[in-house]
Order: sequence, then structure tokens, then C-alpha cells
Amino acid sequence: MEFAELIKTPRVDNVVLHRPFYPAVEGTLCLTGHHLILSSRQDNTEELWLLHSNIDAIDKRFVGSLGTIIIKCKDFRIIQLDIPGMEECLNIASSIETSEWRLSYVNKEFAVCPSYPPIVIVPKSIDDEALRKVATFRHGGRFPVLSYYHQKNGMVIMRSGQPLTGTNGRRCKEDEKLINATLRVGKRGYVIDTRSLNVAQQARAKGGGFEQEAHYPQWRRIHKSIERYHILQESLIKLVEACNDQTHNMDRWLSKLEASNWLTHIKEILTTACLAAQCIDREGASVLIHGTEGTDSTLQVTSLAQIILEPRSRTIRGFEALIEREWLQAGHPFQQRCAQSAYCNTKQKWEAPVFLLFLDCVWQILRQFPCSFEFNENFLIMLFEHAYASQFGTFLGNSESERCKLKLQQKTMSLWSWVNQPSELSKYTNPLFEANNLVIWPSVAPQSLPLWEGIFLRWNRSSKYLDEAYEEMVNIIEYNKELQAKVNILRRQLAELETEDGMQESP
Amino acid sequence: MEHIRTTKVEQVKLLDRFSTSNKSLTGTLYLTATHLLFIDSHQKETWILHHHIASVEKLALTTSGCPLVIQCKNFRIVHFIVPRERDCHDIYNSLLQLSKQAKYEDLYAFSYNPKQNDSERLQGWQLIDLAEEYKRMGVPNSHWELSDANREYKICETYPRELYVPWTASKPIIVGSSKFRSKGRFPVLSYYHQDKKAAICRCSQPLSGFSARCMEDEHLLQAISKANPVNRYMYVVDTRPKLNAMANRAAGKGYENEDNYSSIRFQFVGIENIHVMRSSLQKLLEVNGTKGLSVSDFYSGLESSGWLRHIKAIMDAAIFLAKAIMVENASVLVHCSDGWDRTSQVCSLGSLLLDSYYRTIKGFMVLIEKDWISFGHKFSERCGHLDGDPKEVSPVFTQFLECVWHLTEQFPQAFEFNEAFLLQIHEHIHSCQFGNFLGNCQKEREELKLKEKTYSLWPFLLEDQKKYLNPLYSSKSHRFIVLEPNTVSFNFKFWRNMYHQFDRTLHPRQSVFNIIMNMNEQNKQLEKDIKDLESKIKQHKNKQTDDILTKELLHSVHPESPTLKTSLCFKEQTLLPVNDSLRTIEGSSPADNRYSEYAEEFSKSEPAVVSLEYGVARMTC
Repeated sequence: MEFAELIKTPRVDNVVLHRPFYPAVEGTLCLTGHHLILSSRQDNTEELWLLHSNIDAIDKRFVGSLGTIIIKCKDFRIIQLDIPGMEECLNIASSIETSEWRLSYVNKEFAVCPSYPPIVIVPKSIDDEALRKVATFRHGGRFPVLSYYHQKNGMVIMRSGQPLTGTNGRRCKEDEKLINATLRVGKRGYVIDTRSLNVAQQARAKGGGFEQEAHYPQWRRIHKSIERYHILQESLIKLVEACNDQTHNMDRWLSKLEASNWLTHIKEILTTACLAAQCIDREGASVLIHGTEGTDSTLQVTSLAQIILEPRSRTIRGFEALIEREWLQAGHPFQQRCAQSAYCNTKQKWEAPVFLLFLDCVWQILRQFPCSFEFNENFLIMLFEHAYASQFGTFLGNSESERCKLKLQQKTMSLWSWVNQPSELSKYTNPLFEANNLVIWPSVAPQSLPLWEGIFLRWNRSSKYLDEAYEEMVNIIEYNKELQAKVNILRRQLAELETEDGMQESP
Repeated sequence: MEHIRTTKVEQVKLLDRFSTSNKSLTGTLYLTATHLLFIDSHQKETWILHHHIASVEKLALTTSGCPLVIQCKNFRIVHFIVPRERDCHDIYNSLLQLSKQAKYEDLYAFSYNPKQNDSERLQGWQLIDLAEEYKRMGVPNSHWELSDANREYKICETYPRELYVPWTASKPIIVGSSKFRSKGRFPVLSYYHQDKKAAICRCSQPLSGFSARCMEDEHLLQAISKANPVNRYMYVVDTRPKLNAMANRAAGKGYENEDNYSSIRFQFVGIENIHVMRSSLQKLLEVNGTKGLSVSDFYSGLESSGWLRHIKAIMDAAIFLAKAIMVENASVLVHCSDGWDRTSQVCSLGSLLLDSYYRTIKGFMVLIEKDWISFGHKFSERCGHLDGDPKEVSPVFTQFLECVWHLTEQFPQAFEFNEAFLLQIHEHIHSCQFGNFLGNCQKEREELKLKEKTYSLWPFLLEDQKKYLNPLYSSKSHRFIVLEPNTVSFNFKFWRNMYHQFDRTLHPRQSVFNIIMNMNEQNKQLEKDIKDLESKIKQHKNKQTDDILTKELLHSVHPESPTLKTSLCFKEQTLLPVNDSLRTIEGSSPADNRYSEYAEEFSKSEPAVVSLEYGVARMTC
């Protein structure tokens, strides 16, 4: 990748440069492939030419929408740039920041970790040899990799499998080094273990375990308890059964809904995701997330945290990319988890509605922030359907390596290529969407987490009136756009007439 | 004012009700004759009407001060911490006095002055005219007539003066029947379905005991069923559980014996009494008030409170009425014990299902005026307006509003009004700011001279109607389109916006409803703008042709009219703010910041971080 490709904002006007011994200069800031240039665009005034390679460190500060970047150079010089506009400032900063991450092809043949994709992002300072060692210390070879980079403050979410400490407290220096490499000097990070302390301790007997404080002194561990496998599957079976029985009286319905525990799982997953997002955005700390294998609850948490933190993941393309990255490439075993659904009597061991729970959580956030998502509920329902049964290859197999072996790219169609056709896309577009660049914090109180009727009551009650109301809403929005456009045209017309008048009237 | 010893206390903390980390706002507390006011450091004001206060509690002294917990009838709960115990004690005592008045004349309505003159006030009271309403239904007609039997409240004190009865029911029959009914509340017309010629009638329980009969009462019921030319049998719906009705027989009351009445079909529908409803709501509120509530405690609490079961029972009863009329073309007589609680719920809700007029803003006011106010639902006792018997307090009307809300959820386009309208009405049944809901029956209201001394709520709501319009309402619907709600249990949901109205942290941050509502308003404005612009363009075009003509004729130059230009600029500016208001996300005060609730661990150690970024709450999109 060329460096120039990283430049999102090549030019900003009205930037003020502060240097020692010189008065402040206002001018235009330009980024080229090699230099940072400031020009006041007046003759005979000095200009700043700074090699990117001369930058040692940068700091960012914001006062309102005015951003300040302090550049500390390798020759000990320190200069300051005041950049109007938060977005511009962030873009400039991220372009000149020297990346601490690299792409690793260590898993090219799927030999190091069968459930990982061929290319992963890891700390720059860790070489492939170290990664191989770390892989032997993590469940399923799932060594810590980058899941999300928070542009605002450079904090990251990493994910992995559990460390294989076992009962005798095995350790792995490379593992410690790897995750410490992601920390800034003097900063602590958080390990979010999606299992309760009890479960994590029990895992040691089977060779698993968790990060011991003694070996990871810069990390604070938080245990949450997100349920797994058959517990989730049973929850789904109970919920669907409760929803399907129309004869239940009120008490029975409520007690069955409660006993299904579905919404308890939703609350637990969302809370953990919010916690991870909070660590990143509010505490300014990086996070490592794992459970046991790192293919289920881990992915629920990392992907939901991104929905909360990253506006792009709330767009259609961004959400598709999120699923591609955090579910498909990250090795969520769709084939196993979605083999059977709520009605099957012959229970196998591996089914679990992990992905459906994730979609339900997204729906909950969508419900609380109905204007912050580019897609609507139907998009989530469609993904649910395709995860369980699909004419497309996208959700087949349990990992990238399986999909490669099956030659799915050659033999099947991708769901995304179908969905992204304009005619299909229009069904899934949220008419209320207004892009916002903010972190969105959902409420996780039980009073704020209703049952997802669009999925669970879909075949049990008519949604005729609700659908009609939705259509009416769309009509109002469309009509609004039409009127706005018409007003604009008429205004222009009138303005033209007025200038014509003026011209005619002036002698 | 004699109850107020301390009018202002500084450095008072307002705790966040659901915060597990004791988040709080500091500000100043003021006590006025009518309100309690808290102004926090962000200058955000919280007003609490004394009449809204259901209970005040002083908790044990803590190191930071003296906690004062105030529970309101509109489900607001505030938790103050007053630094000095003495101040807390003064405020506590004042609120105790101010929130419980002994006399009607001390209620807010008697001092509230919205700056209207007497004729405006009177007009306000005349806005809802029940005689008009009966005319709209199609009575009087060949089967139903206005009876003057109760003109002087001689037969029944808790009924209105004007009552409609079958024309065949003579005065002796009415008098006889009223003596056989609890509190003299004999069967009268509540709603007449013009299309089906069937009626909903209402009364109280018969004084039948184990075997008593009353010929006049039997006659009156027969007259009602004969007033329906299509179907000769009618339903008698006893809204109580059968067991309760049977127990009443021992006290000389009870229910109709099918054998004694020709052509009736008797039916129990099993709605519980006011005491059960009161404690059910209490349980519900207890559960919801819990900090850090788990999902399973929420649902098991919801279940054990029985609240939604009661709501469903009321809804089912109303559906029974609507079906009897629509499917069987049969008239229905509804009663409970005294016929002013459950009977009002079921009759009004039944009418609302049958007649789309009641689903409009004005129609809903009429419905409340008819089946609740005029037929003597004891608002003052049920809402505890005065310091009275706490056992008479019961959320009967609240349940009615909740049933309507459930209907609006199932039929989003059937109602002209929105949720805010229901919440506003609920606010005012307790506020005692307007005269409508004061007193327990029409006779009492006349004695209080409410129409002279207080104002009616309805014109104020109507004036503000923009706020209460449902943007999705489809008014095309025919008058007699019946709503057939689905009452399978899963359709009943907890009404968060009522019971957590003031707990903004629990609400969605963006409201689809408000956006669509604003957009609808904006569309109207845009339509107007387009008309304006089009006429201006036309003017200009005409002027240009005129100009050419005049120029050719006179060779003179006219200066351009300056008014045109300024008005255009002005228009362009007005469009923008409307747009902006669409973009703001609800609940944008710092107090709503909820992120710290996901884990307690942080907020303790680093409170500075918490206050850093209110950007979340203040975000725009």
C-alpha cells in the first residue's frame, strides 16, 4: 500500500502554525506522500516543509471543534498546528501518525490458526515467529489480533482465544509482549473475559485459563458471563415455544418469557459490549476480549462495541464489512451454530443462536437510535434468514479455510453482491437515517429491552397495520424530500427573475 | 403560604434514580405556594406540582445530608439530599401539608389563572356539549328519548341530569328500577350504534340478594332489548369476577337471574375491583423502581403484579361489547358493583372500538366527558385530590388510558392523537389545575360552581393540538370501522413512557414519532412556501411583461419593490431552524448520561471522566 493512500484529507485551509521564536503563521496545510507542507500563500514568507520520517510523536487536543496537533520531531523541534474542524484534524493526525500495526501473512496456509483468515493485523513490533509461539499458547491457535482501531484516541480492541495456562500457571513471554505492545507508555489496558471468574477458573483444569495478574501487571481483568451453546439454544427453543402458543394467559406468557432467559442474554451481551466501548472511548484504554474459543461471545462483544463506537459500522456497507470481518473472517462456525434452529428435536452439540443474539442486540440499539442506522429491521431479518438457510455461499462453512477448500468464491454467489443491487437495497434502507459521527450509548435496563417482535412474533400475528403505518411514514419522508427540492427550484427561479429585473431596471 | 417555612434551600443534590453509582446534580430547591422547583447548575428546571405528590418520605440522615424522597402521581420519583436536617424537616412538613388539601377550594384550580375573561372561560366549558354528542349518535329517535326523571338529581345523585332511556320506559318504571339498583344507578344509554340500532347501556348491580325481584327493573331491561328492532335478546355483562358478584348477594346485592328477565344473556367478564388494582400498580412500581433490575426480576415482577392481566381483562370485556353489537347486533347492558369504575372502563373502551369519532382528539374528550365525568366516576376519590380515604384511591382511569395506548400500538393509524395526549390527560387528572376532574359527580361539581371558579382543560389541549397529533393518522377511515384488537398475551407490553415518563435514561434517544411529527409540520409549511413562491414568480413574470410594455410606452424605470426581497430572505432563514429541530436527539441533558451504568468499577475511581463528555447526550445527527 502506498502511503499516499492513507491520506484522507490532503489539504486544509486556515491552519495556524506555531513555532518557537517565530510569530504564528496562518496558511494552507498540504500532505504529500513524503512531506507535510504549510504555505501562507504569500510571497516571501517562510513555509514549513517537514518530512514525515522526521516525526517522532504527535499529540492531539480539542477545544470545541478546533483541533490542535503537536508534532514532536526527531531533531527535538516541537511545532504546533491549529486545525479548524474536528474531522480534518483527526484525518491529518491519523495520516501522519506512524502506524503501530502491520499486516501479517503468517497464517497464509491456515497452518498457525485454522479458524483465522490468511491475513491478520498485529502489532508492528511482533514478528511472525513470535506469533507462531503465541498461537501455541492460545486456544485454537487464536493469538491476539486487532479487531478495531478507535481513530479518535488510537485505542484498540483485540480479540483472541483463552490463554492455555492450565492448572500449573503456564506463561508465554511472547504473548505478554504482544499484548503489551499495544499499550501506550504508562497506560493500562483491560482484558474482558466473557466468562464468569468461576467458569474461567474451571477452564484451567481442561488446559485453558485466563491472564494472571502476576504476568500481565498492566492489564486489569473484568469477568462477565455470557452464556454458551446449549444454554443459548435451549433459551431460543423456549422462547419460540412461548411465542407460538397463543392460548397462554398473561401470567403464563410472562413467566415463559422470563424462563426463556432470552432477554437476559441480550442484556448481558449488550452490557459487555458497552463496557468494552466504555473502556475505549471513556477510559482511553485498549481492550483484549476473549472467552474460551474466541469464536462466539467474543465476536458478539467486539462487533457490538464497534456498532456503538464506529459510525461506519451503522451504514449498510459498513455493517456488511463488519459481518465479513468480525464473523466470517474471524471464524464464527456458522455451519455448526446454525445447523438447526428452534424446532429440531435431535439436538447436536454445537448449535447455538449466537449470531441471532447479535442481530437482536443490533436491533435493540437500532430501536433506541432509529436515525443512526442506514439499514432497517428488514436487513437484520434478512441476515438472520441467510445465516440459517441461503442460496448464497456467504454463510457456508465454519471458517475461511473451509470456505477456501470448498472453493465457494468460484462455485457460489456472494450474498452481498445480491443485496447490494439498488433494487434489493431499497428494501433495507432506513428512510430516517441521518449520518452522525457519535458514539451511541444504549440503555440496557430491562424496561428498555423489548422482545424482537419482527422475528419472534412474525408468524404469530398479522403485522398489516404496522406495515401500513411504516409505509405512511416513508411517504411522509419522501414527500418532504420532494417539497424541499421543489422549494429550492422555485427559489432559484425567483432569484433569477429578480436579477433579470434588476438588470433591466439599471440604466 | 402559611405552611411554608423555608422557601429556598441551596446546595441540594438531586440523585439519579437508576444510577448505581449515586450520580447526582447539585442545585437550589424552591418552594412556592403551588410548586416545588429545583434548578440545577445547568439551569435546568424541574417543576413539581404539590398536587402531584403522592408521598413524601424522609430517610435516615447520611453523611452528605438528609435524603428526601418524593413520589408523584404521574410516576415521577425524585430523590433529594438536603444538606441540613433542619431544612429537610421544614420542607418535608410543608410538602406534607401542601400535597394533602382538606377542602376543594384550596386546590390549584381555584387559584389558577390563565388570563382569560369570563366569556372565554364559559366558552371553554361549552366546548364539549353532551346533548350534541347524543344527537351525533342519533338519539333521541323513535326508540330512545331524553328522560327528565333525574333533572333535579332526585333519582340518582351520581348520574347527570340528562339521561337517555327507551321511550317505553315510563317514569314509574325508572323510579322502581332505580330503587332496585345500588346507589339508584338504573340502566341508561351510554352509546347508541346508529348503523346497527343496538345500544350500550350501563347501570349498577341489582339489589337482588338471593331471590329478590323487581318488576320495574325487569320491565326496563325488556324495554332496552325491545328498543333494538333487529335483535330481541340482549347481553347483561357483569364486569366483576363471578365470586365477587356472588359474595355481594349475601349483602343483599348481586346480579341478574336469567330466569327472571326475559330475553337476556348473562355474562361475567372478571375484572378485579379497585383494591386489587391499587395494589397491583403498587407492586408494578416497586419492581420498576429497583436499581440495577435484572431482566428476570422485571418479568417475574410484571407477572406477579398482575397489571397486564388486568389490562387484558378490561380489553377483552370491551371487545365482548363490540362483538355483541357488530356480530350479533345485540344490545348490551354493563354493570359492576356501583357502575362507576369498571363499567366506565368497559363502556368507554367498547364505544371507542366501535366508533372512530372517539379516536379523534375532540371525540376522545367527549368520550371522557360522557362515560367518566358525567356518569360519576369518582375522580376526586380515585385520584386522591383531597386528604381522604386512601382505600378509595385506585388507578382505574389510568388503566383506561393504558388500554387506549395498547390500541394505538396495534393500530398506529387509527387515532388522531398520539401518546403525548394520553400522558397529558393523565397529568391533569391529578394536577387539579383545571376543574374538569374535580369532584366525584356532576351534582358535586355544580355545587362547587366549578364552571364559574375554574377553567376547563379541553380548550387548552385543543389549542395545543399540534403537539398531540398523530402524524400517521389516516382520517379517511369510515366512521363505523371497528377496531378488532388482538388480545393474545404477547400483545400486551409494559408502557414505559407512562411509568417511566420522567426517567429519560430509559427512553430511546431518537424518537421516530417526533421526527415524523415535525416533518409533517414542515411539509405543511413547505406547501405554503411553494404557493408563495409560485405566486411571486407569476407576479414577476407579469411584471416583466408589464415592464416591457411600460418601458416602451414611458421609457421610465421603476425601482424594485424592497418588500419582496426582504420577505424572501426571511423565508429562507425560517426553513433552516425547522431542519435543525429534526436533527436534535431527545433527552439531551447531561443528567441523562447513562454510560456509567454498564460497570460500577469506573465511576467510583474516576468521576472526572464522567463529566467530561456530555457530547453523547447532546449529540445531533
